[in-house]
Parts: sequence; structure tokens; C-alpha cells
Amino acid sequence: MKENKGPDHQQWGIKGQALKQQHKAASDTFVIDHQQAPRRDTMVHFTPEEKCIISKQWGQVNIDETGGEALGRLLVVYPWTQRFFDNFGNLSSSSAIMGNPKVKAHGKKVLTSFGDAIKNMDNLKGAFAKLSELHCDKLHVDPENFKLLGNVLVIVLAKYFGKEFTPQVQSAWQKLVAGVATALAHKYH
Amino acid sequence: MSLTKSERTIIMSLWDKVSSQSEAIGTEALERLFLSFPQTKISFPHFDLRPGSAQLRAHGAEVAAALDDAVKNMDNLDSALSSLSDLLAYKLRIDPFNFRLLSHSLQVTLARNLPRDFTAEAQAAWDKFLGRMSDVKTAK
Repeated sequence: MKENKGPDHQQWGIKGQALKQQHKAASDTFVIDHQQAPRRDTMVHFTPEEKCIISKQWGQVNIDETGGEALGRLLVVYPWTQRFFDNFGNLSSSSAIMGNPKVKAHGKKVLTSFGDAIKNMDNLKGAFAKLSELHCDKLHVDPENFKLLGNVLVIVLAKYFGKEFTPQVQSAWQKLVAGVATALAHKYH
Repeated sequence: MSLTKSERTIIMSLWDKVSSQSEAIGTEALERLFLSFPQTKISFPHFDLRPGSAQLRAHGAEVAAALDDAVKNMDNLDSALSSLSDLLAYKLRIDPFNFRLLSHSLQVTLARNLPRDFTAEAQAAWDKFLGRMSDVKTAK
């Protein structure tokens, strides 16, 4: 029986040991049974503390602003991502991007999806199955971009939460954004 | 991909704001790195990496010093970081991917310490700068 090893990097045509390594490292981190020999468990396991941290902070996030800020920063910091938003109008400068109403609207949509993830932390792959198909089949987004957006979101959260965004809190969020990125890539073929 | 004049100004002015507590910044970045990306601890089997440990602080100070050096020598990173590059690439043979993770951890640290200043533009400049530092450190 073929072992489910998670996203097949060869199939994606994505070069780089880096991606494979990060996936392996990330998924290895999620294996909580230390008695067994290390195995690649592709399901993300959140501790009760992590779930609590994330839910609590999520309740304080301004979805309207944070989504737009995260998406805007993605487009500013990684300009190639603008290719997915050709019809968004003026993306010619950092201030144009950050003030663009379509960016803000779409950012809100993306972040609302994250909110769904938080309600389904035990089954991210199931929660994102349809979106995964959409991003692969219709939108043709390289899954690497999901990780970029996830990390940008972490930076935006750090900005808003300041001192409260301790290293422990960050690690819970990193686990979530990595899980979402993996789930979004899961249906790629 | 060299830095533009405005990117350099942004980087220098941001670093200036934290330079008096640069060791704390370096240490916090490492703490975040090791907690969020535990695989990076592999490069430090002989260190006590628990938050607050003397070794973590010492290494944080080294990271801060390297950054300080780089900010002062942005026009000439290759030669400024040459011996560090030798150490990291050839002696310690650190996987280049780890520098991306450190860059991210540093940016999170800067964002939470200077929320008003770490604008989208600042983030873009720092991402580019830290990326360049990684290139220098791993390519010869």
C-alpha cells in the first residue's frame, strides 16, 4: 500500500530541496508520538494551548483591515504575486497597492477563509479541499505563494499584537499558516 | 539585485531606532526562530537554546553585530561579510534555507518592536536586504 507522503513536489515541478525540506521539517514537527520511530504524519496536530492562543487572538483581529494589509504586503514585498491580480487596477507603487480598494476587498475575503481554518483546525485538508482545487485548476497559483502569504500574515499580526505576540504565540500561528498552506496545496495534481 | 537609495535609507533609519537594543533584537529573533522552526536547532547541538540562556543571548549579540556591520556596509556586503560567509558556508555548512527562516524571524521581531515603522515598504526593503545577506553568506 502506498504511503501517503503528502504533497508530491516532483509532480508540482517545483525545484528545490528547500521546499521539500521545509515540508518534511514542518510535518515532522507535527508528529507528537515520540515513542514510535519518526514518521511523516501529514496531519497537523494543535495542542489545546495552541488552539486557545489562536482562537483568542483571532477574536481580536480586525478582518477588514488585516486581510487587506496582509495581501497588500504580499504584493509589495513579492511583486511577482501581482500577476494574479491583473484586473485590480493601480498596483504601481507601495502606497497604491496598500490603498487599492480591490486589494482590501480581496484581502478581507482571504482572511475570512483563514477564519474558517481556525474553526476547523483538526481538519484543515478537508476544510480547504475545494479552495485547493480552485487554486490549482482555475487560478494556477504556485503553492509556494501560500507560504509567503502565511508568513506575511504572521508579520502583520506581530505588528498589531506587539508585546503579546510572543515567540510562543508566533509558533502557534506559524503552525497554522503552514497547515493552511499544506492544505491548500493538497489537491494539486 | 542591489538596494536602491530609498531602500537603504529605510533600512538604516529603522536599524538606528533599535541599535541601542540590538542585542535584544538579535536574541529575540533567534528565540522566535528556534521556537517556530525547531529544525533550525540542529545547527546548535552543543548550545543551551532555552529562552534566557546565556548562550542564546551571546549568539543573539553576534547576529546583531553582523547585522550592524552589514547595515554600515550596505554598498559592499560581499567583502564586509566575507569571513562570516566563509564560516557559515564552509566551516559550519549551514543549509541556506535556514537564513530565510532567520530573515523572517528578524522581520517579525522588527514588526512587533516597531509597529509604526515597519511599513510595507520597510518590510520590502528589509526582506531584500536580509535576502542579500543570505546570498553573501552562502554563495562563493
